[in-house]
Amino acid sequence: MWQRILAVLAARNREFYRDSAGLTWNLLMPVMMIIAFAFIFSGEPKALFKVGVIAPPATIDSAPAATSGFLATPHIDFIPVADDSDAVASAVTKVQRHQLDLLLDIRDGPAYWVNPDSANGDLVERLLLGAYARQDRAEPDGSPQRRAAAGEALSYADWVLPGVLAMNVMFSSLWGVGWVVVRYRKNGVLRRLKATPLRPIEFLSAQVLSRLIVVLTTSTLVYLGASMILDFPMRGSYAALLLVYTAGALCMISLGLTVSARLRTEELADGLLNLMSWPMLLLSGVWFSMEGTSTAAQAMSTLMPLTHLVDAARDIMIDGAGVLDILPQLGLLLGLAALLLVVAARFFRWE
Amino acid sequence: MTSVSALIEARSLEKRYPGVKAVDGLSFEVLPGQCFGLLGPNGAGKTTTLEILEGIQTPTAGEVLFRGRPLDLAFRQSIGIQFQATSLQDFQTVDESLRMFASLYARTADRDELIRLCNLAEILKRDTRKLSGGQRQRLLLAIALVNDPDLVFLDEPTTGLDPQARRNFWSLIKTVRARGKTVLLTTHYMEEAEQLCDEIVIVDRGRVIARGQPQALVHEHFPAAIVRLPAAAWPENESLPDYAERRDTVIELYADAVPPVLEYLERIGAGLTALRIDTPSLEDLFLKLTGHSLRA
Repeated sequence: MWQRILAVLAARNREFYRDSAGLTWNLLMPVMMIIAFAFIFSGEPKALFKVGVIAPPATIDSAPAATSGFLATPHIDFIPVADDSDAVASAVTKVQRHQLDLLLDIRDGPAYWVNPDSANGDLVERLLLGAYARQDRAEPDGSPQRRAAAGEALSYADWVLPGVLAMNVMFSSLWGVGWVVVRYRKNGVLRRLKATPLRPIEFLSAQVLSRLIVVLTTSTLVYLGASMILDFPMRGSYAALLLVYTAGALCMISLGLTVSARLRTEELADGLLNLMSWPMLLLSGVWFSMEGTSTAAQAMSTLMPLTHLVDAARDIMIDGAGVLDILPQLGLLLGLAALLLVVAARFFRWE
Repeated sequence: MTSVSALIEARSLEKRYPGVKAVDGLSFEVLPGQCFGLLGPNGAGKTTTLEILEGIQTPTAGEVLFRGRPLDLAFRQSIGIQFQATSLQDFQTVDESLRMFASLYARTADRDELIRLCNLAEILKRDTRKLSGGQRQRLLLAIALVNDPDLVFLDEPTTGLDPQARRNFWSLIKTVRARGKTVLLTTHYMEEAEQLCDEIVIVDRGRVIARGQPQALVHEHFPAAIVRLPAAAWPENESLPDYAERRDTVIELYADAVPPVLEYLERIGAGLTALRIDTPSLEDLFLKLTGHSLRA
């Protein structure tokens, strides 16, 4: 069995690296994207104010006039934060990372967290205090209590990089197997293999392994390239990062195999792969945080494997999470990968 | 012929596609060591039949027995297949393709001998996409033989080859047969069937319409000679005798003895300048039985 898998794997690898145009594209595209990011995002992050608000829904309506006055400030994105200690702690971290400009707590006496190093934080703080100062004369309920939450700013490029790597993994995995399997089916390569003792699961395993090697190699190169151009944080272990991208790639490759299990035309495969990848690209928080989006969008987001890959990668790189911290995401990605691979093998048709 | 000694046997095979009956109750046996030909016009169901025997397609009804047993996974180890159109993976050399396929089997033929047999030594390092038609067919045959199979399927192996390459391929097949392999081939070249096959079935519209040894079949259906002359050479008011037939622009007269025919033609004043006397061939038989014209 392994002999057959390795034979097909070797043939596919040769096909990949000898196709110099395709190989160049696979290596060049992510590097070009990183250069583009370094160029576009080298300045300050966009000046959109984001304020977290800790409040049970009921309290917002009955909030003191000063608070509701502030909550009505235009051009500020108010993001509700759940009233539990985990959510509050993660919101405070976001203030430290400059992802939230200010965190307002109106559960009891008003209090807020602000990052003293953040220019945006300073501006929003002034707006907040201004709103309370105006109301003070009529309604002396006291100014909100200030709490500093200092921390190193996290630039957009730092934040987006784990997502870009994940996106690259997704595209390379989905098309790298989906497209190839459909082409094999169309030009008769699969028909020839069907006449041999090769079993579908062996053929599919070889495709998974071959693409996994390609994806991990290119991702490593992209990571190294990015680290030369950008100064981004890497607080966790490389082993954990490799593990999570491996799990993500396995999941995406299996998804690509499932999509292509029976398709006969590249056009249809292309359409279906686009149909899967674009929603993931938009709703997985690769480009922007899903914070403050509709509950429907967030629910969709949690259904997407890319979301969990991006989350886990960010946890490792930005928060220094260890393997144990990302076990839920790892388990989910690997479980889904196994499930999809079984489905692909069951649905697979040589012709 | 009893089914016990057959290497592979088709029993009442049927294959229906929506609106079409591609194979309509085919039965035949192939004996060990035989070269068996499946002949028929385009669209007769040859390839479908072959693919059912190969286990690539499943029949709608009927069954295939290999050594008296239904096809199983082990069957794949015992056969070699050369498809009519096979695409190999891109960016592989002849050598790599051979090795890849060899790795898929438990038993393999001796590599050097295979390379010698199929005359691949000079093109071993060549990209498979850059092979000529004849080289490509030799490689595909080598791949079909890579597991030292007992039974080799060849689906129109010489279609598209020039006459030289075709003759080379025939001698290759004869060598393969000499090593005790059983060969099952489809072709629409009658000369190929005459050269290679011990036994043939002629298939049309999914049914067997004739079966036997090529020469015996021809003798069964034709007298010793066919006299041919252009239709234009036939006298205008003379009707055709019952042993004659008109095929397009040619009139054919079938006879065991030629002199009486010539006397007759002289008597009625037919033009004899373009007259030809032929021994009936498998092609004549094929045309007679299928009524289709062959694509040469």
